[in-house]
Amino acid sequence: MKPAYLDNNATTRVAPEVLSAMLPFLSEQYGNPSSMHSFGGAVGGHLREARARVARGLSCDPSEIIFTSCGTESDNAAIRSALESQPEKRHIVTTRVEHPAVLSLCQHLETKGYEVTSLGVDEEGRLDLEELEKSLRKDTAIVSVMYANNETGVVFPLPEIAGIVKSRGVLLHTDAVQAVGKLPIDLSKLPVDFLALSGHKLHAPKGVGVLYVRKGTPFRPFLVGGHQEHGRRAGTENTASIVALGRAVELATERIGEENTRVRAQRDRLERGLLEAVPDSRINGGGAERLPNTLSIAFKYVEGEAILLLMDRFGICASSGSACTSGSLEPSHVLRAMGVPFTFAHGSIRFSLSRYTTDADVDLVLKELPPIIARLRALSPFSGKEGEAAAFCSTHSH
Amino acid sequence: MWEYTDKVMDHFLNPRNAGEMENPSAMGEVGSLACGDALRLFLKIDDTGVIQDAKFQTFGCASAIASSSVLTELLKGKTVAEAEKLTNKDIAAYLGGLPKEKMHCSVMGEEALAAALKNWRGEAAPAPAAEGRLVCKCFGVTEETIRRAIRENDLKTVEDITNFTKAGGGCGECAPELEEILADERARMASAAPGGKRMTNIQRVMLVTKVIDEEIRPALKKDGGDIELVDIEGTKVVVSLRGACVGCPSSQLTLKGLVEKRLQEAVDPDIRIEEVRP
Ligand code: FES
Repeated sequence: MKPAYLDNNATTRVAPEVLSAMLPFLSEQYGNPSSMHSFGGAVGGHLREARARVARGLSCDPSEIIFTSCGTESDNAAIRSALESQPEKRHIVTTRVEHPAVLSLCQHLETKGYEVTSLGVDEEGRLDLEELEKSLRKDTAIVSVMYANNETGVVFPLPEIAGIVKSRGVLLHTDAVQAVGKLPIDLSKLPVDFLALSGHKLHAPKGVGVLYVRKGTPFRPFLVGGHQEHGRRAGTENTASIVALGRAVELATERIGEENTRVRAQRDRLERGLLEAVPDSRINGGGAERLPNTLSIAFKYVEGEAILLLMDRFGICASSGSACTSGSLEPSHVLRAMGVPFTFAHGSIRFSLSRYTTDADVDLVLKELPPIIARLRALSPFSGKEGEAAAFCSTHSH
Repeated sequence: MWEYTDKVMDHFLNPRNAGEMENPSAMGEVGSLACGDALRLFLKIDDTGVIQDAKFQTFGCASAIASSSVLTELLKGKTVAEAEKLTNKDIAAYLGGLPKEKMHCSVMGEEALAAALKNWRGEAAPAPAAEGRLVCKCFGVTEETIRRAIRENDLKTVEDITNFTKAGGGCGECAPELEEILADERARMASAAPGGKRMTNIQRVMLVTKVIDEEIRPALKKDGGDIELVDIEGTKVVVSLRGACVGCPSSQLTLKGLVEKRLQEAVDPDIRIEEVRP
């Protein structure tokens, strides 16, 4: 059975065009681009082409592109570089809803004596720009703010954020892993200093990413070794994946309109259909600007893992913001930061679509999910008994 | 994705005895919405104290639903006295095991059963504070619950405690306290371990040495005697009496009545004393 794959914010399938672009570099074109012979040198040409394609997709200069192994590496490289190049500055500003690639790094840096300000969000997942402005200090080394949230799809107003941060002369990094390919990005107009993207979120394979570093931005390499990437990221290039990423960015740019029309329409149909069919459901971040492909929907009185496992029986792939799926015990840090009530947070499901999503996938969810929720609610001691639910819980106030 | 046994999946997909019960003889509730899982257990108990029927309502993940379903199956037909002996281990064992991070789901079953039986006896359901001090505020877990989980499941790390009770799984503020409770409860278990089954040889040697040094020797010294520990092999403790004790007509009484008895109490009821002459 072909799954109804609606978990594209987790990872995407490799586009067929991307796969065919990369295959030669896994077979006959195996030369090392750093070699002096023309067999390797030819591969170097394809690397240059891939770099140019990525640069075109982001409207920047190819010299500003560093190929990395993933989004996490790019985030780490940007933030650590900013700290190393400005040793007198010990303060970092970020948000409470970042991906663990930034969140955990900042927590780690706190143990090394750096001070971190984590900005909160409102109930729709939006940042308070005044609070951002107030958080900036003389010793702020970097502001790291994601472009779009992986769980809710909520988009932060990066142009405004950049305006504030750059007017104070502070470095700005954005984790744009979820945004690239879904939102048009024009780095000639968006004055961020660093931007991270990841291949496998836009139909390239896993294990390749990009760090954009604006020309003139001080940079200290994270990986030190050979002279690859102009000495900014050592290690023999993952040529096949880099070529793939170049093609994937090119495709994403060509087809970005589709994300915002067909994919968005499918997402909206799914959203409307579920809200209509399932009482006591709501959209996390529904009041904010969101990515066109992401739907985080919360069902009261049921628990996410149980929903996922039952959907899995019908070949529906999605994710949950619930604690039980992750091995931690509290619901997702993003939903908690938004103050989503516990009654909803535990029953949150994320559907993330892509250009490969079909109408049949959406139909399947609309057909199978409402009875699943009804079935679990029939099992639940809380359902439909608002007063009783509150009384039941003896240790917490809601 | 969690690795669930077929049994867990079966009871999750086809829960037995789900739903509300009309006029139950007893009802027990545990958990909360905030914690992400909750269970309401209904029992019908006849005049002879036999559980005729059991039903449940659960809010939670697959393990929570499966644990509740199994609990009701295990309870049907049991007497109250038999039911009282049921623990989370029985639930987990029946399911062919649960991922360790999900053991708290089985603990929830045990707690709901305890609450239901209390309810049946007409005792008030325990308020969380009444059952001991609240240690983990995130999940409302009391000291008593934590200690019981440590004892009953032989927990060895704070992570284990979190897996079994959820305590420590939120903000983490209670972690230092969990550490203390764990150390204390493990020490109590070591000194109370029946038959020394849970004690390692080294633990037993250390405990015997401690009891001899701190209690037995000072008592003997008062009368001018002394004792030396010669060897320990399993539960056989070889000692040698010294000073005034040597040749004392009541030395056998001292060995049996004082040394052996005290070591049996403090360390292991199976301990036997043997004397070697110096
Ligand atoms: S108080 Fe125990 S985890 Fe927060």
